[in-house]
Amino acid sequence: MKQGLDRILFSTLAIVLAAIWALPFAYSVWTAFHEEKYSANFQLSAPWTLENFIVAWQAAPFSLYFANTIILITIVLIANLVLCTLVAYAFVRYKFRWAGFLFAFIMVQLLISPEILIVENYLTLSRVGLTDTIIGIALPYLTSAFGIFLLRQTFLTVPKSLDEAAQIEGASTWRILWNVYVPLSWPVYLAYSLVSVSFHWNNFLWPLIITNSPEVRPLTVGLSVFATVDSGVEWSLVNAATLMTTAPLIIAFIIFQRQFVANFMRAGIK
Amino acid sequence: MNMKLSFRLALIMLVIPCSLLVTFTHYPAIQAMINSFWNNGSSRRPSRFVGTDNYLTLIEDDRLMQVLFNSTIYAIGTIPLAIGLAIGMALLVNSRLPGTALMRLSFFMPTMLPMIAVANIWLFFYAPGIGLASQILEIFGLPSINFLGRTDTSLASMMFVAVWKEAGLFMIFYLAALQAVPTNLKDAARLEGASSGRVFLDIVLPLLRPTTIFVAVNALINAFRLVDHVIVMTEGGPNNSSSLLLYYIYEVTFRQRDFAYGATLTVLMVFTLGLLAIAQFWLLNRKAHYQ
Repeated sequence: MKQGLDRILFSTLAIVLAAIWALPFAYSVWTAFHEEKYSANFQLSAPWTLENFIVAWQAAPFSLYFANTIILITIVLIANLVLCTLVAYAFVRYKFRWAGFLFAFIMVQLLISPEILIVENYLTLSRVGLTDTIIGIALPYLTSAFGIFLLRQTFLTVPKSLDEAAQIEGASTWRILWNVYVPLSWPVYLAYSLVSVSFHWNNFLWPLIITNSPEVRPLTVGLSVFATVDSGVEWSLVNAATLMTTAPLIIAFIIFQRQFVANFMRAGIK
Repeated sequence: MNMKLSFRLALIMLVIPCSLLVTFTHYPAIQAMINSFWNNGSSRRPSRFVGTDNYLTLIEDDRLMQVLFNSTIYAIGTIPLAIGLAIGMALLVNSRLPGTALMRLSFFMPTMLPMIAVANIWLFFYAPGIGLASQILEIFGLPSINFLGRTDTSLASMMFVAVWKEAGLFMIFYLAALQAVPTNLKDAARLEGASSGRVFLDIVLPLLRPTTIFVAVNALINAFRLVDHVIVMTEGGPNNSSSLLLYYIYEVTFRQRDFAYGATLTVLMVFTLGLLAIAQFWLLNRKAHYQ
């Protein structure tokens, strides 16, 4: 009897918490799909419409922003995967002086991330004339301490005997990396890629500082320019634009929910 | 594998990737320290060495004191709350209740959204008159509050947004930890007649400790480096009541164009994070001995 009561109490708590958590997002979705006049008064009978999305899409160069974001995350992801793999491989496979020190030195980036150093990084990029370019947005993020850490931990679990066997067969350094280490670390590469893509899709402060013109603006900055409410944009349009720019991530999440959660977990544990 | 690293390999594997990292992490940190001893130059007057002038300004900066106070409240208020909620969420999602998939979606969704989208959603939620917050107050016959426009509610409103966004991410880590708790331990305790509350407190919670340390470190770093919502929702206002340290650095440097003072504030930020990291390592070590 008590067990049953506990269960009911627990379920109620769960439903209430989940509902509260979903409320702000649900309200935003509702407004985005309805005419402006319904955004303040909630009526179940209000007609649904896609009008807001069409108007918002045409009101700002969102297709350009999408393209910029995709170029940005592609550059960062490829650089991250290649560079972090190289560093992790060196740490796992070779013995060299100062290895421990160098590793700690790299890990400093986990604490002092590029966002903290916006002032000096801006000065550096303006000195070399790379402000207001997509490559300028990407540069501080090309090597990631998190990626190096994650891949090093993973490479350490690769059996030494496999590496030795490949050497006896006469495989070169790069062939061993490509045919032994990388294939065995595939789930971690996937997890890291998901984290990296969502981080850079969402990154805002640094792109805001470094970009000036719409030609290089990523989605987040474009959205903030569009959605400055002082400029008198309607709420329904702001909400539509907000959903539109995050839709690919949300859809990807719903489709890959299981893998996504599992990979986030794996990324966290190691 | 303990092979010797040849010069050519070291160049490709370490020097090129690490030089990028050093250029945008270590170099700017040191450069900020140097620049904090110089004033702002202009086209007519080059910058000159001013010694500790910038640091004297820093000590006497009343706005900075307010900002540091805000940042402290923000960290102390959001981190434990987000962690507590995350543990609760993980327990709910991990239970055998119906609808856990939907719950997980609801809790995790805010984490997927960019902070800037979250800020827009909450800006609307808080909007006086039109937003859901006002409408809920209205149902209870209370007057509408301009949450973001008042000095006594703006910071709390930002903290709520941060908790909403972060708790779902932390939940994932706790979920992983919960699933790793051996069921035979729990079964044994239940056989001995322990209530589910006791099982949680005496068996599950101690096993979650490493996760809590990991999450707390991440939460602390995020509390300092994520200020997108401040930029979009309040711009630190009204009257600096919701300004956080990184936002203040942004405002001083890129709105007021005071790069020298921005560098000085950056030094303050780096030192603060460094001290917090040392404190956390100390705590971590103590915990490790304890186990």
